[in-house]
Amino acid sequence: MAEYQNLFTRVQVSAPSVGNITIGRDDQERLRDTTHWHWLGKIGDAQIGPIYLGWLGVASLICGFTWFEIVGLNMWASVNWDPVQFVRQLPWLALEPPPPSYGLHIPPLNEGGWWLLGGFFLTTSVLLWCARMYRRARALGMGTHVAWAFLSAIWLMLVLGFIRPLLMGSWGEAVPFGIFPHLDWTAAFSLRYGNLFYNPFHMLSIAFLYGSALLFAMHGATILAVSRFGGEREIEQIVDRGTASERAALFWRWTMGFNATMESIHRWAWWFAVLCPLTGGIGILLTGTVVDNWYLWSVKHHVAPAYPTVFGTVVDPSLPVLKALPSTAAPTTPEPAPAAATPVVPAATPDPVVAPAPQNGASQ
Amino acid sequence: MNANRLFTIACALLALAGCERPPVVAVQHGYRGTGMVEIYNPRLLADQAALNAVPPPQPPASPDGPRASQVFKNVKVLGDQSVGEFTRTMAAMTQWVAPKQGCTYCHNPQDFAADTVYTKVVARRMLEMTRHVNADWQSHVGNTGVTCYTCHRGNNIPAATWFSAVPQDPHSLVGNRAGQNAPAMSVGYTSLPNDPFSLFLSDSKEIRVAGTTALQSGNRQSIKQTEATYGLMMHISRSLGVNCTYCHSSPAFANWTQSTPQRVTAWYGIRMARDLNDEFLIPLTPTFPALRLGPTGDVAKVNCASCHQGAFKPLYGQSMLKDYPALMGSAAAPQAASAALGAPAPTPPASSLQASAR
Repeated sequence: MAEYQNLFTRVQVSAPSVGNITIGRDDQERLRDTTHWHWLGKIGDAQIGPIYLGWLGVASLICGFTWFEIVGLNMWASVNWDPVQFVRQLPWLALEPPPPSYGLHIPPLNEGGWWLLGGFFLTTSVLLWCARMYRRARALGMGTHVAWAFLSAIWLMLVLGFIRPLLMGSWGEAVPFGIFPHLDWTAAFSLRYGNLFYNPFHMLSIAFLYGSALLFAMHGATILAVSRFGGEREIEQIVDRGTASERAALFWRWTMGFNATMESIHRWAWWFAVLCPLTGGIGILLTGTVVDNWYLWSVKHHVAPAYPTVFGTVVDPSLPVLKALPSTAAPTTPEPAPAAATPVVPAATPDPVVAPAPQNGASQ
Repeated sequence: MNANRLFTIACALLALAGCERPPVVAVQHGYRGTGMVEIYNPRLLADQAALNAVPPPQPPASPDGPRASQVFKNVKVLGDQSVGEFTRTMAAMTQWVAPKQGCTYCHNPQDFAADTVYTKVVARRMLEMTRHVNADWQSHVGNTGVTCYTCHRGNNIPAATWFSAVPQDPHSLVGNRAGQNAPAMSVGYTSLPNDPFSLFLSDSKEIRVAGTTALQSGNRQSIKQTEATYGLMMHISRSLGVNCTYCHSSPAFANWTQSTPQRVTAWYGIRMARDLNDEFLIPLTPTFPALRLGPTGDVAKVNCASCHQGAFKPLYGQSMLKDYPALMGSAAAPQAASAALGAPAPTPPASSLQASAR
């Protein structure tokens, strides 16, 4: 049993394919088209298949493939169909939404029309996939938690790419399809709206994101720690529970005075994961539509701390008051040294400590 | 097992291949805990310093004696200099701009006074530009000033200039890059719009995008405009070898009262580059032969990298101007064109540099 204490499963049972519990019909569906792959068994079950697609799955894959082709072929066209440049520049390439000048009108294909089409197919694809998850869960007599959790992620995607652009009146507000481009878009979004870290819903979203990781670590560690008592074999525990669960529960009562139950820990994990994109989506939806500068919003509501000024008086040079009062407008912080007299960095020996013009009070 | 380990090490090395080799020195630049830190690599800084060494000045010349205009023909800018100072300045310019070609890079060897070589016409205008910068843009260059060497560094054409981006085929049905999404050095290898220069250093499009009120009150600046601004900022950061926080306050980039004084200097720098491009370089377009022009037929223009070349102050703040009085210019020079630019009179918020020297 000690073999189970590794990161990977080191002992594999080689057995015929299993169809798991019977639901009284189409049992044949569960056993045909299956195969086994030893390497997959290292991280999970070695059995592959059967996979159930159905019309929802097929339609979802077709839409997803259409989106993939629209984005990929546009990226490839943007490097003049050069396969080498396509691979080399791939992280930079993108399919951009329409320029803001089009508002919510339908633009020409190469001015964002492809982006709208791509977005439509991607949205359809993920919604169909979500519906498929719902139906497969129902077919097994399961709850529909997976589908609802997926819907939470779809909510954030649609806020970014559809709902918020709609409310702002411009498709140009949406996120481009691209690796670096969507990251640069994110940074620009934060710069435009006065630092997204001051958005309380962004804060909540981060708390749920990190909280999810923490809960996952706690839960994973707990189950692995009692696997020597069979703690990972939940099905057996349901009918004939050993002492693993008791030990796990007592461990947490000893260390933090409280324990989640075998059931509630999954409820914790589910809600944390679902609330992460849910709150994030609310934060994005409020940005630009209601709040224009999250830093100023935070100052107004006493969220942002005030730091001591260490640079003296720095005044916006575009303000007309400057022209009237030139003597008071000058930044009062002394520069390190009159450059004409003593070079800040002697040419031969650059000293990084003096290079960035240290300011008075900079090291309080 | 050994193969597995080798594979893991190879993967780790591959993942780190894009990283800069340490050491990294972090220098605090603002209040503690606010992330106002400049990052330097002493090894790279040492390389930089060698590139920014200042050439020894020409031996001094007597300011007395007849004026250049009395002795030489067709002297339009430096006529008020003594013959000695004039000749010395010419020698310096040759050393700075055409060390290999010598005087004939600009001058007709049969008649030095003739304006037959295009480079002479350009050089005269560049002299006027240098004097304009030193006289009218002290808000940016302080008393350190600039010389031809600040940009040229021994090259006929400064190493860092820019041309307008080549537009994509407007009739194409696919593959619009929207002026961005390319690994462009101009914007620090981000995917941001890679010709922010046409927008901001020639045209004067709005750079400020952030909201000035907590709640939405009609600011319609788009994310795409923000990306263009961000592209310009990446250019500045790369040209000066500094982080965002060299100028901006980490909690609130747009906030002026929390900014560093360097942001004011940079603000004037943007307007100075725009002034030089619009008043000096672009009007020279017909003077240049076609091979000197860009892919869209435009002239090479300046941006922050033209002078800074990776240093937070060009040549790390060493003044060459103090040795070349002919380049100092005067505010009354007829070429002072900044007034026509809508740029505010550049002198008022002078740095303390200026105050201490004047």
